[in-house]
Amino acid sequence: MTDLVKVIKVGIADMNIVRPPDTIRTSGLGSCVGVVVFDQMMEIAGLAHIMLPDSTLSKGSQMNMAKYADTALHELVTRLMKEGARNFVMKAKIAGGAQMFQFSNGNDLMRIGPRNVEAVRATLADLRIRIVSEDVGGNSGRTIEFNPKTCMLNIRMVNKGMIVI
Amino acid sequence: MNREENRLEWKGRGMSFLEKLSPLHLDILKEVGNIGAGNAATALSTLLNKKIDMEVPDVRILPFDEMLDLAGGPETIIASVFLRICGDAPGSMFFVLPPSQAACFIQQMTDERDISFESPPFSEIAVSALQELGNILTGSYLSALSDFTRLNLQPSVPALSIDMAGATIGSGLIELSQVSDLAIVIDTAISGVGLDTNFVNGHFFLLPDPESFEIIFASLGVATND
Repeated sequence: MTDLVKVIKVGIADMNIVRPPDTIRTSGLGSCVGVVVFDQMMEIAGLAHIMLPDSTLSKGSQMNMAKYADTALHELVTRLMKEGARNFVMKAKIAGGAQMFQFSNGNDLMRIGPRNVEAVRATLADLRIRIVSEDVGGNSGRTIEFNPKTCMLNIRMVNKGMIVI
Repeated sequence: MNREENRLEWKGRGMSFLEKLSPLHLDILKEVGNIGAGNAATALSTLLNKKIDMEVPDVRILPFDEMLDLAGGPETIIASVFLRICGDAPGSMFFVLPPSQAACFIQQMTDERDISFESPPFSEIAVSALQELGNILTGSYLSALSDFTRLNLQPSVPALSIDMAGATIGSGLIELSQVSDLAIVIDTAISGVGLDTNFVNGHFFLLPDPESFEIIFASLGVATND
């Protein structure tokens, strides 16, 4: 019997959860940060594609939890625990947070990549989840894919090939 | 949540004014795209001394993921020139084209036949020429728009990036994403016969910030809530 392997896609400001044999993937991370939180023994992982550092930046009337680092990571951990993952063994891998456009004037929103990375680090520290590996910053877009069986994160960049962390 | 539900949730997504948009409003936004891109296409045609065709603008209200599909999907490699519009009606603007076609434009502009944007390092002169091309085109788009609406619109210095569409356009959506999960895109495609048989085409995306719509409509004498 063959297992039908699916790739679960996560869009912008979106999140989802994966179990083997499926893998989970998000494409075209620029200043956004992709955060994978996983429980290696239980073979379950969640991926969030985070766009903004802080939910207090929200000017809209309704909240998309997956858009902001603080709300997305709390929500992701809650959903993973509902699926049987254990809080105290969760680990994280992160990628993204690049600066795609170089502007001469120092508009704060233009350094959103580094700010997203800082916010993700701070929130994960609050949740007592250790970041075991990361590939952040720079000025290239990234596509990432996580395999919950091997717990390895594939990162592809344009013209720079593939790395695995 | 599926996309249909998304559309029904305009009201809850800081986009309540979308309910008040009538076909007349959409026509006005199309005309905005028409005038802006028409002027830009004329500038391009003069610059390259070639005939440039322009399509009828398309106004769409889209979730961010679908906006990326307009540029060919999140992983498609694109050359994009991005700028912020400051002044009376703030917003963002992109001029997007495939790297092969960017190279085609720049070859014609500089008479250097071996220019390519396929793999770095790119020649400095090519990058600078492409940035200038973006500057001229977006500048003529905005000055036409500014004349038409009599609004004061100041473009930032355009920034260039050649990378995945998701990464570049996603970064340009940051300002908008603080307010809403939907983008109103005024999309105008241009095309022309390039070198040999290459078909050159590009897109102008104009993304007014949500609060700018009322200002644009008011400047043209149309109320948003009649």
